[in-house]
Amino acid sequence: MIFTIKDLLSIIPELIIAGSACVLLLVDLLISKERKACMAVLSILSVIAAGVASYWLLGADFMGAKSFAGMFELDGFSTFFKFVFYTATVLSILLSFHYVKEEDINLGEYYVLMLFSLSGMMVLASGADLLSIYVGLELMSLPIYVLAGFLQNDVRSNEGAMKYVILGAFSSGILLYGISMVYGLTGTTELSGVAAALSDSSVHVPALSIAIVMMVAGFAFKVAGVPFHMWAPDAYEGAPTPITGFMSAGPKAAAFAVMLRVFMEGLQPAYEQWMVMVGVVAVASMAYGNFVAISQKNIKRMLAYSSIGHAGYALLGVMAGTEEGIASVMFYMAVYVFMNLGAFGIIIMMRKGGQRGELIEEYTGLARSHRGVALLMLIFLFSLAGIPPTAGFMGKFYIFMALIHRGMVGLAIFAVLMSAVAAYFYIRIVMLMYMREPAGEFEFARSKGIYYALFITTVGTVLLGICPGYLVKLAEMASVIM
Amino acid sequence: MVDTAFIVEVIIIWIKVVVVALVLFSMPLALTWIERKVAGHIQVRLGPFRVGPHGILQAFADMVKMLFKEDVIPDRADRLLFKIAPLLMMVPVFAIFVAIPFGDKVTLPFTDRELTLYISDMNVGIIYVLAVSGLAVYGVIFGGWASNSKYALLGGLRSSAQMISYEVVMTFAAVGVVMLANSLSLVDIVRSQSGGFWHWNILYLPVGPVWFFIFFIAGLAELNRIPFDLPEDEGTLAAGYHVEYSGMRFAFFMLGEYVAMVSISALAVVLFFGGWDDPLGPFAFGIPPILWFVAKVMVFIYIFMWIRFTLPRYRYDQLMTIGWKVLIPISMANVLVTGFMRI
Amino acid sequence: MAEKFFFLMFAVVAVGSALAVISLKNPVHSALSLIACLLQVAAIFVLLRSPFLAVVQVFIYVGAVMVLFLFVVLVLNIKKAQLETFPKGRRWFAYAIVPVVGIEFLAVIFGKSFTATGYEAAVEEVKVATLGRALFTEYLFPFEVVSILLLAAMVGAIIMAKKRWD
Repeated sequence: MIFTIKDLLSIIPELIIAGSACVLLLVDLLISKERKACMAVLSILSVIAAGVASYWLLGADFMGAKSFAGMFELDGFSTFFKFVFYTATVLSILLSFHYVKEEDINLGEYYVLMLFSLSGMMVLASGADLLSIYVGLELMSLPIYVLAGFLQNDVRSNEGAMKYVILGAFSSGILLYGISMVYGLTGTTELSGVAAALSDSSVHVPALSIAIVMMVAGFAFKVAGVPFHMWAPDAYEGAPTPITGFMSAGPKAAAFAVMLRVFMEGLQPAYEQWMVMVGVVAVASMAYGNFVAISQKNIKRMLAYSSIGHAGYALLGVMAGTEEGIASVMFYMAVYVFMNLGAFGIIIMMRKGGQRGELIEEYTGLARSHRGVALLMLIFLFSLAGIPPTAGFMGKFYIFMALIHRGMVGLAIFAVLMSAVAAYFYIRIVMLMYMREPAGEFEFARSKGIYYALFITTVGTVLLGICPGYLVKLAEMASVIM
Repeated sequence: MVDTAFIVEVIIIWIKVVVVALVLFSMPLALTWIERKVAGHIQVRLGPFRVGPHGILQAFADMVKMLFKEDVIPDRADRLLFKIAPLLMMVPVFAIFVAIPFGDKVTLPFTDRELTLYISDMNVGIIYVLAVSGLAVYGVIFGGWASNSKYALLGGLRSSAQMISYEVVMTFAAVGVVMLANSLSLVDIVRSQSGGFWHWNILYLPVGPVWFFIFFIAGLAELNRIPFDLPEDEGTLAAGYHVEYSGMRFAFFMLGEYVAMVSISALAVVLFFGGWDDPLGPFAFGIPPILWFVAKVMVFIYIFMWIRFTLPRYRYDQLMTIGWKVLIPISMANVLVTGFMRI
Repeated sequence: MAEKFFFLMFAVVAVGSALAVISLKNPVHSALSLIACLLQVAAIFVLLRSPFLAVVQVFIYVGAVMVLFLFVVLVLNIKKAQLETFPKGRRWFAYAIVPVVGIEFLAVIFGKSFTATGYEAAVEEVKVATLGRALFTEYLFPFEVVSILLLAAMVGAIIMAKKRWD
């Protein structure tokens, strides 16, 4: 027997997602163009089913075990991240409902590709072997490349997708090169085996540093960390807005999950070496992302740069290299899904064809006529800026605490300074909304999907800000398992 | 370190290579004559009749003509690629024969040395043959592009699309045979069919004939022969990719095409018709296996010629439809059936 | 001894043709160099006693991928001039970076003994059956993920290529 029933049971959520993606591909043929919303509902249902399965697996007796010859690991860590992915996917699908109709990209494949990407993220979060991690990474990215270029007759979308796919392929190559060197040095691709081999310090030849540089670079591409961020602004700007939100929440969290897994589990003995490189990327991302975001006129571009900055903060958590650091990154990613997708939800609402709703100026005076929308935007922006009592503050707080406990006070101070810079451009929008007179009429895309999504994100952002304890405890438990 | 046995081994391999190469080089001379004769008789003509008895020396006359013809290179052609394109076509088709088994072991007369009638028995022989035969398309593509001529370029383009499509089909057919033989080695594939014609893969009912049918059509397409000769379609492209070639370079292309035809025929024999196996099996009356092999290959060569002068040409979209929408689905279903039969 | 000679020969040609790929102006010539490079890599696989990988390398990359590349190059008829879009001003940057990284690599490789562990030099040919068995037992999970990946890629390619407005 090459695999047991337990092996199969432990990948049930993945099977549900991948299977329903395949089935939906066929179902799509039966649904007329006007009723494509069915596809969205079905995809949400399948994600929920996967969530139920994941929840059920939490109580299974093989929790924490590896399956498929050490390729796949089902543990609290991966389950936590899987729930983050489920949330991000469901929210993005809710946001897409109306948008795809408006943009005339109402194709069933849109949702199918999202599900494929989701299954890739899940494989990634559970990958316990560099091989399965690599194929998971590709499975996650490939559908996103396509989704980023989904607006076929929009030049920006094409350009963004093109840059994304070329740089993405390039970064995969770099990552693979790093993986191959690790394999050459340790003779295994299994993370625990890598760690065991590296605990012998004679393996710490300079070639290991090169391997680590390659791997850090490869992962930094995926999380859009400076100097591997070049694709992000164009891809974010060009992609359909719900996909931009999806990109910035799901795959980014997945990339952090795998980074934590690879560096903390596999390369832990070489902590001294990767810590420096991750730190450099983190500092550069915070500085560059936040400063360049100030001068942006397009809100999607601004959020792209801000997401580069946020990647910097999260990288600091990775760099701390403690269980507390892991937990802080996990919490941060969960929070980021809510606040970022919330902000994108407002942008989608504001968007009525063409450029409308993408320029920052167009938010001028929003609060005068539409208090509710402006308030929601205020909450999300405050959260992104890290102002209490929102969730964003708690996220940053835990990361900084992890850093300070590790004795990296200087870095923590730098990060705080950078969030002060970041506060400037977030609050500028708030100021425009509240302090200025409106220039013209506002138009809104109204749909139930967006309302639901905004409701969930708002609740998430506020609730996690006020009482983060429960989720933090979960994250800490999950990080201990690792 | 270097002992006599090793040197003898090397020398034997060299001799084999040279013999095979010489046979292949001279083959087109005979084949052009045969093809023109076949064409003539099919069209109720006599074919070449003037040079030698029944025109048998016609091919030599053609060769002399080719040798002395002016070698024209178009003014704005890419000179380097234009010159190497015919070679790019020729080398792969010759390389195929490295793996093709012409017969089993024989004992040399007057010595007790055993000689294998193949150059190399690779354990990945069938994939090697498919891979290398796919390379011949570069001669067509580069020749078409380097000529800097519209017709030639279109021929090259058609060829590359056609090659990609039908290589998939061809590979499926090979997969089928591999499933039947449980080996990738061509020698093993032949051995698995030994013992008379009822053991041959073509008669492995019901899937065998289907695999052969798929293989044969894909082979026709890979050879760029009628009814799939769109890269050199006279009606629309003058002569397609080799329209600008003349003299010896043109002859190289022709040589390549003929040898490719022989290679596909040989492959069909090896994969489906038992290779060198005697069709009568236990009732055989002593005809040497290698002669059986040659005879079977000749039959196939004749079939290729027969088809050429009997069937009209497909349209380009029909060609693609046949490849992707007919042959590939059939192949997939057939893989399934074969798999169930082999459990 | 002979093996080392062959390895060096293939390696030198591979690197040389790879350089030609990026430095030649004409895309068709670049493609030809890439074909040469891939063939050398296949030859190195033979030296590593993995004929299956070598043949598959030729089959997939040289026989299929490069034909598609060339098809695209020929259909688009890319002119030489259009390829000069690499910003001239930034070239010095590339020229400066490459030697630095190159020297670093050489220093790493020659500076301290760099040996791959866990491996004996393979003497026996890798059997196809061994490869197949490994693929369907030890590597079953990534193998299946790759099949989903290919499906997703296929769907994506069709979506990108399909004309949605008529």
